Amino acid sequence: MSAVGADADDRVSASTLAAPVSDAVLLDALQRAAFDYFLQAVNPHNGLVADTSRAQSPCSIAVVGFALSVYPVAVAHGWMLRADAVARTLLTLRFFRDSDQRGGEQSSGCHGFYFHFLDLRTGARVWRSELSMIDTALLLAGVLTAAGFFDADSADENELRQIADALYRRVDWRWAQQDGGSIRHGWKPESGFLHYCWDGYSEAIMLYVLALGSPTHPVTSDCYRAWTATYQWENLYGYEFLYAGPLFVHQFSQAWIDLRGIRDGFMRSKDCDYFENSLRATEVQREYARRNPLGWVGYDEDCWGLTACDGPQAEQLALCYRQGRWFGYAARGLPYGPDDGTLSGWAAAAALPFAPTCALRAMRTMLARYPEMLTAGRYASSFNPTLRDTDGNAWVSAGHYGLDQGIVVMMIENWRSGLHWQLLRDCPYIGNGLRRAGFRGGWL
Amino acid sequence: MSATALAPSGSPQDASESERLRNVHPLAWQNPTPHGRYHLLVIGAGTAGLVAAHAAAALGAKVALIERQWLGGDCLNVGCVPSKAILRSARLYAEMRSAKHYGVQAPAEVSVDFAAAMARMRSIRARISRADSVARLVAAGVEVFFGAAEFNGRDSVTVAGTTLHFKKALIASGAGPETPDIPGLVDAGFLTNENIFDLTEPPRRLLVIGGGPLGCELAQAFARFGCQCTIVQKLPLFLPKEERDAAQLLADALAADGIEVRLNTEAMAVTVKAGAKHVDLRSDDYQSTVVVDAILVGTGRVPNVAGLGLSAAGVTFDAERGIHVNDFLQSSNRHIYAAGDVCLPHKFTHTADASARIVVRNALFMGRQRLSALTIPWCTYTDPEIAHVGLYVRQANDQKIQVRTFTIPLHEVDRAIADGEETGFVKIHIRAGSDRILGATVVARHAGEMINEITLAMVAGIGLGKLSSVIHAYPTQAEAIKKAADAYQRTRLTPWLRAWLRRWLAW
Repeated sequence: MSAVGADADDRVSASTLAAPVSDAVLLDALQRAAFDYFLQAVNPHNGLVADTSRAQSPCSIAVVGFALSVYPVAVAHGWMLRADAVARTLLTLRFFRDSDQRGGEQSSGCHGFYFHFLDLRTGARVWRSELSMIDTALLLAGVLTAAGFFDADSADENELRQIADALYRRVDWRWAQQDGGSIRHGWKPESGFLHYCWDGYSEAIMLYVLALGSPTHPVTSDCYRAWTATYQWENLYGYEFLYAGPLFVHQFSQAWIDLRGIRDGFMRSKDCDYFENSLRATEVQREYARRNPLGWVGYDEDCWGLTACDGPQAEQLALCYRQGRWFGYAARGLPYGPDDGTLSGWAAAAALPFAPTCALRAMRTMLARYPEMLTAGRYASSFNPTLRDTDGNAWVSAGHYGLDQGIVVMMIENWRSGLHWQLLRDCPYIGNGLRRAGFRGGWL
Repeated sequence: MSATALAPSGSPQDASESERLRNVHPLAWQNPTPHGRYHLLVIGAGTAGLVAAHAAAALGAKVALIERQWLGGDCLNVGCVPSKAILRSARLYAEMRSAKHYGVQAPAEVSVDFAAAMARMRSIRARISRADSVARLVAAGVEVFFGAAEFNGRDSVTVAGTTLHFKKALIASGAGPETPDIPGLVDAGFLTNENIFDLTEPPRRLLVIGGGPLGCELAQAFARFGCQCTIVQKLPLFLPKEERDAAQLLADALAADGIEVRLNTEAMAVTVKAGAKHVDLRSDDYQSTVVVDAILVGTGRVPNVAGLGLSAAGVTFDAERGIHVNDFLQSSNRHIYAAGDVCLPHKFTHTADASARIVVRNALFMGRQRLSALTIPWCTYTDPEIAHVGLYVRQANDQKIQVRTFTIPLHEVDRAIADGEETGFVKIHIRAGSDRILGATVVARHAGEMINEITLAMVAGIGLGKLSSVIHAYPTQAEAIKKAADAYQRTRLTPWLRAWLRRWLAW
């Protein structure tokens, strides 16, 4: 397996930032560096991808979903040969097809779902993790993306599409639905379903659309209504939007689904759509950062990005701030926190399709001020300018997280070419799921 | 006529306690001799019973009031009053520890004098008990009977061997703490609201079972008194009925006070070893044991319906809901009403008060006032407080009511910034297409004070737009409400209206 055109000179570094570079060059470099994560973090024997670049990291099935989604980008950009990308994708899909689906403590999944974290080598469940509905959805989004992109009439690509279809069809979404209600978060072999459901606006649009679009085991039609009944439409800082605190909530599902101009019942009632809503959520981020109520270093309207990310931990720092807490890995959000001064540069890149001008300005501002947020040319999970080392550098999360790299590759691509949006617009399951959720109009 | 013994009190018998007991259940009280049929016989002298008795007597009714323990009920004796008193002391300790954030020299050492805080609480409780005293009732013309009441027919009650006859009766016997079925709990001993205010020293380690308002308030207070507190809650969501943001803010605040909150966790068994209580916990597939010195149970309240002879009176009830009443608070015996905790899902003092007033009108004056017409606010008195009135967004969505929410974080409010009290928000929900206020949630240091303005607006039919023209004293935290109203007004500036205004100003 070989990567094509890998060139360390393409990578963004503090030195390249010192010289003016065009938006195109900057985005090329960031996108390529983010993609390289998947080349480095993959197990070439089974296609599984490590959750993070840290030692002993297991595979996250969601990161595999991103990996399957970025191979087409690599092919389109000439970073991978199509044959290599097909081979790697096939390897991955075959693993999941053949994985242990008995739902045991060491299995890979059951009912077509998969455990959140798998052993990178064997594919067995690790960390006593839950059978994860949302992470399975992100994995399947990647599976369907691959099936959409690799459309040649060849033996490999035919097999790829056949396995992708089978993986989607075998998921028993109805099993994961609470009686007449929303979809459950997860299940454990030791204790059954977790006592939480996907309530409140979140990144779960993809989950609901896939669950509704299934030709084999769909959730009941009242499922989506049960979910949207938990939405909160709020006027905050002068913006009316479907409220959710962390920025990734407004980004993840739209890495795959083109929600421009199509509306479900809720959005019709608000004369808005989810794409526009994500723009407003981005503006609210800027407003919050401009206000900076907790007085963190660095925040302003061009330095923001409160989202799910790694962060400093009290045990590591032996430090306390006035509320006494650093949050480590957490879904940081606004306006009520958690907010410990930790921001994610990649969150601005992921906002590109929604608010390109603001996002680009923020990307450039943050990179110029805190170039240390890029390590090996790619975004660290987060940085915290309030915590500085003896050289004056901001605290930076160690290594890299696959989710962050995946969303950077996809959102840059969607902004430039709309590749993923177009691929899933052509997927009948997505269209069916959207229609069952009540989406109408636009491209649908 | 019969004498009744002084109801026992576990609190230290100081002057305050003596005064309280003189007021709420005097030693050697002699029950009066009943004469004829009472217009209104009230069982239970908690908030609902006292309000009804005073109101009915003031209107000229012949009233009997029966209380088995203490006048004032839970609120005065083992509820709102003592808890708010100690919450205030606890908050001051927290402020002393954080004095430097206010530019104030913090005390070199903040040592907690728990006994002094409890003595202050008893003093406050005694003072407030004067308003609920037997002397005031007698002066108002109410005939007060101490003892256990039991219906012996559809229109008569026996108390301390005496039978009283009534035209109308009100059952306001309240509710008591639920005892969860946890093996070993009873043998190990535990605290509830009924005995925690008797403590003379704080437990070093306290486990609170149940993350409801009582559990949260007292856990935070005791944490601020220096206890190592853990809350375990069987439900997976913290304060599941509240706005998620409100619950999250409180969870963060409790964490900042050093309280460990374990959700989705069930206490399975309690054992005592070397004087310490070992509580086995289970959360899904994870099991652990916490070792504590005291356990506070706050898992819920059950209505006091046992021993009242309700069946003899033809009053339908069950152990969970209490007495079944219709919207006019009438039981299955149309001459017998109920009010307060014994029949209402919202077990608040102010709800008991309001329901009692409904009963007096409906029972004695052929009123047709409905319970469902009430607009009931409530507040959890943690720091910050969480106050709510009206509909939640979820409820409105379920009823297919289109809602718009106007949110003002307190970091937008000058007074909150000046006070260093920026944790919180005001959220006001209105019906889309109008400015009619459907509900609101306030999280703020004094949210309970702020919610009243919104309640007033809802009861008076004042829309959110009108609140924008109400001048609020500056700087106050309640200005957040006006800011929400201003935000609403700005949304009325449609593009067409803006264009029209531009043309007008150009002219």
